[in-house]
Amino acid sequence: MRAHLPILPILIPFAAALLQMACTRLAWQRAIGLAATVLLLLACIWLTALSDDGLLRVYALGDWPAPYGIVLVVDRLAAMMTLLCAILGLATLLYASAGFDARGQHFHPLFQLQLVGLCGAFLTGDLFNLFVFFEVMLLASYTLLAHGGGLARTRAGISYVVLNLIGSALFLIALGLLYGTLGTLNLADMASRLAQPGHDAALARLAFALLIAVFALKAGLLPLSFWLPPTYGAAGAPVAALFAIMTKVGIVAILRVQAVALAPAMPDLLAGWLTTLALATVVFAALGALTADRLRALAAWLVLLSAGSLLLVPAAADERVVAAAIYYLLQSTLTGAAFFLVAGLIAVQRGDCGDDFRAGPPTTAWVKLAFLVVAASAAGLPPFAGFVGKLMLLTALRQTEAGTATWIVLLGAGFLVMAALARQGCILLWKPPLERTPQPAAAVTWQRATATLLLVAAAPLLAILAGPLSDYAQRTASQLQTPGAYVAGVLGPPTAATSNGARR
Amino acid sequence: MEALLATAIAVLTACGVFLILRARTFPVLLGLTLLSYAVNLFLFASGRLHLDAPPLIRAGASYTDPLPQALVLTAIVIGFGMTGYLAMLALRALAESGDDHVDAGKDS
Repeated sequence: MRAHLPILPILIPFAAALLQMACTRLAWQRAIGLAATVLLLLACIWLTALSDDGLLRVYALGDWPAPYGIVLVVDRLAAMMTLLCAILGLATLLYASAGFDARGQHFHPLFQLQLVGLCGAFLTGDLFNLFVFFEVMLLASYTLLAHGGGLARTRAGISYVVLNLIGSALFLIALGLLYGTLGTLNLADMASRLAQPGHDAALARLAFALLIAVFALKAGLLPLSFWLPPTYGAAGAPVAALFAIMTKVGIVAILRVQAVALAPAMPDLLAGWLTTLALATVVFAALGALTADRLRALAAWLVLLSAGSLLLVPAAADERVVAAAIYYLLQSTLTGAAFFLVAGLIAVQRGDCGDDFRAGPPTTAWVKLAFLVVAASAAGLPPFAGFVGKLMLLTALRQTEAGTATWIVLLGAGFLVMAALARQGCILLWKPPLERTPQPAAAVTWQRATATLLLVAAAPLLAILAGPLSDYAQRTASQLQTPGAYVAGVLGPPTAATSNGARR
Repeated sequence: MEALLATAIAVLTACGVFLILRARTFPVLLGLTLLSYAVNLFLFASGRLHLDAPPLIRAGASYTDPLPQALVLTAIVIGFGMTGYLAMLALRALAESGDDHVDAGKDS
């Protein structure tokens, strides 16, 4: 069991999806989905606890050793990301089970397949396999985005699908170039071959640049980020909340490729341009937040803002910066998802007014309080996790080359976001409706309330646990930043027999 | 042989990019299909070109690299599914807005 633990985050949701396709009754599908997601959460907690010993767990699928077979590689970062994915999956699935899932067919199997894609993308150590898991994730996300219907979703869906198909084509070209020049698709094997002479260095560099461009498209780096706000803003609340982790897939992929392959072989590939574009993304997202006309659209801009802040990291990657980024990533994903769920609750309570920024029926007090907590955390105000994360990122980035510009842009963006949130929050929650007919706020089902509070609670909890979490982030970063151990762990000492299980 | 393949990939890519930049969904769909053909050919060529060689390793005999063939197969399957889904989505947008532009019904 313990030897096969690394595959469980992929197998559990996959088995659940198959089961759900077999029994099509909604009640059964809900039960299977929730049970599978709880199991997934337990498996991910176990995996995260195990991987904290600093060993690299390499799981060879079919027991074909790397670099010939496909391997899953579990280090602290991969385990932590699957855990984050499971927490998010449980909360959003619980929220969706209150009725959103009945608005169209096949919500539950697609949701589980999305989890398969997400977990697989974090765990795999093979770049072609990464492509396959990206596609699983994207195909599920295309259909989840359209779930619930409506022209806005269809229209957002078309540009999202077209853009991602072009991204997939570029991904394949990059993989073809890498295989043509380096003769391998395993990331660790690539790193070791990059260190040896005899390959076409210029072509390999071009291939990695293409690869980074594809990841930047998923992460929402500025010239490639126009798809993100309309797509996330149009999606249903639980779907958008799950999507909050999708930009992070791109960012984690950049961090991983940068640490393992680029830092030793071509450290100057990301220098200069990435930081500039990331700063531009932050400015773009902050200005966009001012233009939003609905709370979910505003939340989508905030997701883009956090992605932009995280993209400042790979170009300046040293251990402290990456550690700060990992904490920031945790809190921004959970806060972003909580924001979408709170927006969903407000929309439910205001009926026809939805989450548009105009006067409407009142919302209950605890929903207002939840909004206050996530808004303060998203704007980076103390005492919540958003403040701690931003502070850590700012102090870590101060010593880097673009330190001053980073401070000015991040603090300015924080101010703009705060202004947008304060103004629109007042209109949304306090402004009385024009007609003086006091209606009671619609009741909130316990699933929606629990799911939302679970994610909202992350903002204060992550701030309280900031000490242990930042220690963990530090350990994660130092493991990520020792590519030698990664390569040796995956490929093994040349003579050793390969088998499943832990290797130092 | 190499020149022929390179020309084919170049022409397919150029046509694909041209069609993707059109404003209506059907040409965009065709463009994506052409682009994926180009990508598949490119992937196929990443294992180098061999004539009359099987993808099997035998003593002495020349062989062609089997891995790109497996990769192309995966890429074809995935690309086919995606194209099918996009066609459905485009039809739905047409039905909902009566318009086959990529950003259908934006001004209505």
